[in-house]
Amino acid sequence: MSTLPNPTSPSPVPSNFFNTVTLPTWTLTQREVVRFLRQKNRVVGALATPIVFWFVIGSGMGSSFKPEGAPEGFTYLEYFFPGTLLLIMLFTAIFSTISIIEDRREGFLQGVLTSPISRSAIVLGKLFGGAILALIQAVIFLALAPIVDLPIPWLALPGLIALLFVIGFGLTALGYIVAWPLDSTSGFHAIMNLFLIPLWLLSGALFPPTGAMTWVKWIILFNPLHYGLAAIRYILISPAAQEPSDPPFWFSIAVLLIFAAALLALCTWLTKKVRAAA
Amino acid sequence: MSSTDFLLVENLSHRYGERLALDRLSFTVATGEIFGLLGPNGSGKTTLFRILSTLLPLQDGTVTLDDVSLRYDLAGIRERLGVVFQSPSLDGKLTVRENLVHHGHLYGLHGAALRERIDVLTDKFKIRDRLKDTVETLSGGLQRRVEVAKGLLHRPALLILDEPTTGLDPAARIDLWTYLQEVNREEKITILVTTHLMDEAERCNRLMVLDRGLRVCLDSPQALKASISGAVITVQTGDTEALKSLLSSKLQLDSKVVAGNLRIEAPGGQPDNGPRLVAQIVAAAAGQVESITLSQPTLEDVFIHLTGRKFETASEVAA
Repeated sequence: MSTLPNPTSPSPVPSNFFNTVTLPTWTLTQREVVRFLRQKNRVVGALATPIVFWFVIGSGMGSSFKPEGAPEGFTYLEYFFPGTLLLIMLFTAIFSTISIIEDRREGFLQGVLTSPISRSAIVLGKLFGGAILALIQAVIFLALAPIVDLPIPWLALPGLIALLFVIGFGLTALGYIVAWPLDSTSGFHAIMNLFLIPLWLLSGALFPPTGAMTWVKWIILFNPLHYGLAAIRYILISPAAQEPSDPPFWFSIAVLLIFAAALLALCTWLTKKVRAAA
Repeated sequence: MSSTDFLLVENLSHRYGERLALDRLSFTVATGEIFGLLGPNGSGKTTLFRILSTLLPLQDGTVTLDDVSLRYDLAGIRERLGVVFQSPSLDGKLTVRENLVHHGHLYGLHGAALRERIDVLTDKFKIRDRLKDTVETLSGGLQRRVEVAKGLLHRPALLILDEPTTGLDPAARIDLWTYLQEVNREEKITILVTTHLMDEAERCNRLMVLDRGLRVCLDSPQALKASISGAVITVQTGDTEALKSLLSSKLQLDSKVVAGNLRIEAPGGQPDNGPRLVAQIVAAAAGQVESITLSQPTLEDVFIHLTGRKFETASEVAA
């Protein structure tokens, strides 16, 4: 028999910041990553699809592609590499939030919701988890860069990883907002396919916006992925080969940070509302 | 603090749109008791459970647990509450230990204290040798035990369980109840449990019967059964209405038609009132009686006595 608890003093654990935010965020993040990695088909799906995309589109369109002012020998596979990196992150981050719907359906979420943790820890656990997963996948793909003669930017690597983390965080938050009110994964897939692919297509990943029609340019201008792509390209391909249409590096970073922070606030607000009749 | 109002519920009402699911419900749960909440589907017991577990917002009324108000201190209530849901809340892809560790972390337990607590509880629930197994490989009965162990990790003041034996075979149900009674006795944890099974309800110290959002009665199972003084006679017959009027005119017996059978409550007082009445009925209605049974009152009879409806048919009507 262990120590007998006194029934009138039931909470031996103080409710401080560490206990209600830090520890639960850490534990939920860890669970998110472990759970994803135990489902092998998900890992493969999130990584293989974009790579196939990259080779097929990249090789097929290669000869007909010649961006303005690009240096001699700059291939489409190279141009397309940062875009593919972004696509991998987009897929992994957004689809990691399917676990919210699964958690709700399988019941895990009700245990989390009735625990005394801060609601923001529920959000942060998911967003850190999704961001880390997207980062892992991106780094795996990054190791393929030498195949297309893109040198891995060893010096800028810490900065690149930080950048990719911020992008992953924002994208996971986007998925969270869509997934939180939903009860079925099929609904999630439908919504995501409707605006995920266009979001990516109109980021400059596939073609530079320079020659596009005016309305397309405007969409690109308000597309956060556009700034993510510009920042990745800046680090990965060198500032010299920057697209003329790309925003300045500092501006891209600022947009990404604001995007991530705004969506985090929105996620937390959504989660704090107690869902009636769930 | 008086021990009679550990959990205090006053004038609790809840609406889903136009439908009133709980109607000014009031009751108290005392420290250390096993309090049963009995009612058919649609009686409002799941709504009450979801409000207590903080999943549904408190609309009207007050709920206080250990002097903490559900309206003003959600986190305070959540700390004091262990919740076992009717549906599973474990992550099937994780092992038993991983599930328990994560849950402990959500309640601020970590390190050696958490490990020790997991050891104690998995010993008690005889799941220690399954700690490394992923949850989805366990049987339903084992998963339920992990659920209950999970709910007890942080030594809650009140453990609430929503139909904890749903989907379990009879042996596993008896097991689980044995564990619950042990926990109640040894760890001094107050338990509130909802059920629609009469035999489970009889294991509670006190029992509240809910029907259509209203409190029908609240007392110990023994007292409730004693409220029906004598035995219960059930008659199966081809024409219930004919027999009903026959018994009423010949024997001055008051009977009810419940689920196609005629039901008569034999008056108490004499121990052989029941058997004698059976003989009288058979003699009076010769040829009309297909079968006749005499039984001691059960909680089901109490429910029929109070609501005029059979428990299962009540659930069909409400569903």
